[in-house]
Amino acid sequence: MDAVDRRNDTWAFSIIGFLTLVSVLTYLWSEYYIYLSAYLWFGFIYGMCLQYGRFCFSSAFRDLFAVGVPRMAVGIMIAMVLFGFVSAFVTATGMSTFHPAPYGMHSVIAGLIFGVGMVFAGGCASGSLYKSGEGNGSAMLVVLSISVTQAIFVDIGGWANRLAPQSWRESAVAKGLPAAINVEDGWMDQYLAGYVWDQPVKTFADLSGIANPFLAAYVGNVLIGIVVPAALILAWIYVVWARRAFLKKRTKGGRAARGIRVELAGYWGMILASKRTAVAGLFLGIAAGLHMLVMKGLRVKFGVENFGELMTRMGFTFGISAKGTVFDPGYWYVTTQEAQWVGWVFNRLGWENMDNVFFGLNNGIPNPLINPADWMSLALIGGAAVMALLHNEFKWKAPTRELAVWAMIGGALMGIGSRLGLGCNIGAFFVRVSEGDVSGWLFGIGMIAGAYLGVKFFSWWTERKMAKEAAFELV
Amino acid sequence: MAMKFEKRAAGEFVLDVTGYVCPHPQLYTKKALERIQEGDTLEVLFDNPSSSESIAAMCDTAGDEILERVMERGTYRWKIRKTEAT
Repeated sequence: MDAVDRRNDTWAFSIIGFLTLVSVLTYLWSEYYIYLSAYLWFGFIYGMCLQYGRFCFSSAFRDLFAVGVPRMAVGIMIAMVLFGFVSAFVTATGMSTFHPAPYGMHSVIAGLIFGVGMVFAGGCASGSLYKSGEGNGSAMLVVLSISVTQAIFVDIGGWANRLAPQSWRESAVAKGLPAAINVEDGWMDQYLAGYVWDQPVKTFADLSGIANPFLAAYVGNVLIGIVVPAALILAWIYVVWARRAFLKKRTKGGRAARGIRVELAGYWGMILASKRTAVAGLFLGIAAGLHMLVMKGLRVKFGVENFGELMTRMGFTFGISAKGTVFDPGYWYVTTQEAQWVGWVFNRLGWENMDNVFFGLNNGIPNPLINPADWMSLALIGGAAVMALLHNEFKWKAPTRELAVWAMIGGALMGIGSRLGLGCNIGAFFVRVSEGDVSGWLFGIGMIAGAYLGVKFFSWWTERKMAKEAAFELV
Repeated sequence: MAMKFEKRAAGEFVLDVTGYVCPHPQLYTKKALERIQEGDTLEVLFDNPSSSESIAAMCDTAGDEILERVMERGTYRWKIRKTEAT
């Protein structure tokens, strides 16, 4: 072990020590902080898994379309199936913290914008967080761009109000929201209260019509909602991208290259092709399911439904929404807390942003030091940094001007897409699909189409640059 | 730092994409492999860890051989021989 290895190990254990110290000291201050520490340690696990498996939703379909690599799409399907199995049990026992979202064309459009953005940015919302933990300056810029864009986007009014149809405005006003929320001034307010909230909300368990909660969860949500679509997507990926190379290799090795057994072997081989990604998917899926169970357990223990109640008990009243709540999903989420910390900064600088639905009614803008989801995101970066340091993969990298521009544009598109879709690749896709929420696949379809468009653009862009660089005799 | 694609000697090429994030390293590697001849080698320099998985899988699928994998101080130096048309 050389000096750099030792220094990396020291840093890795210092991060673990610091997070442990935060958990212990805050618990000694008030037992309610265990609620924040639960988010923190699940965030830490997510970060470690994401970095270990290079688990980025952006690369799932981007690398498939760009370079024909299916490993990440496979990893995500594995993670969703496992998450689905664990959370179906949690749902059936009434311990789930999940609430399905309204679905409609907006889910597809939001996914499309998000999908283009994640290809431009070089990583999805969760991928950018874990890459920040690897010391990647470009990813840090993406996180900043997503955060700032969302904080601005949720509060745009004035001229933007004219872009909302009259029907949205009327419907939003008719909801009779608290006086502190001014839905007449805010495009997002009219979009949410006047359009999104009027859309249907269904899980595959609801659609199956099965009354028994266990059967509904496992047959409706897991089998119909996750396993069947995931298996079909993997079959499509196998046929289009993996099959030819697999059969070619078998033929070269003098082995049979025809028959159903051969095809099944190829399908299975594709699933196991990247051990790192598959292992990460397995742990992520299980951790995400357990996260829900733990958060529900803590809510039962403290007799609350939302962390806002605990904040009030602890004497923190700033930034709590008109409903007395703060953003407390009870599971893995990425983008809302990013909007919140910038929203909090804007508010401290004098921007009145608590009169909108997103901050003022639903999520609040608590101080990031007491924001449960911010603890999760910061620990996610910490977990990724620990894993990268232990494998000597940590490296501070300042973005070039070109990458900085892509990071800002991509981050902004992801910020807009995630607010329109009520979540990102995690909250609107991974979690919702795994919970059998219909809106999850709609966001996913848009995201895949967006990734395709982004890849087409980048392929043109890199080809152009390559042609300039390769101005020499190749032979 | 801007991307560099250079010819080192007959049949030997170097692609330096250090500093780049996804999807640039894997895209440039694919395009560089498309340009060189069967039997030529391409040395790829990159420092984006997730690209390692993608480049390895891409070479495996295309049938190209990774002759050498070195990782020092967070920078990867991989030598790839193009064995089949990509």
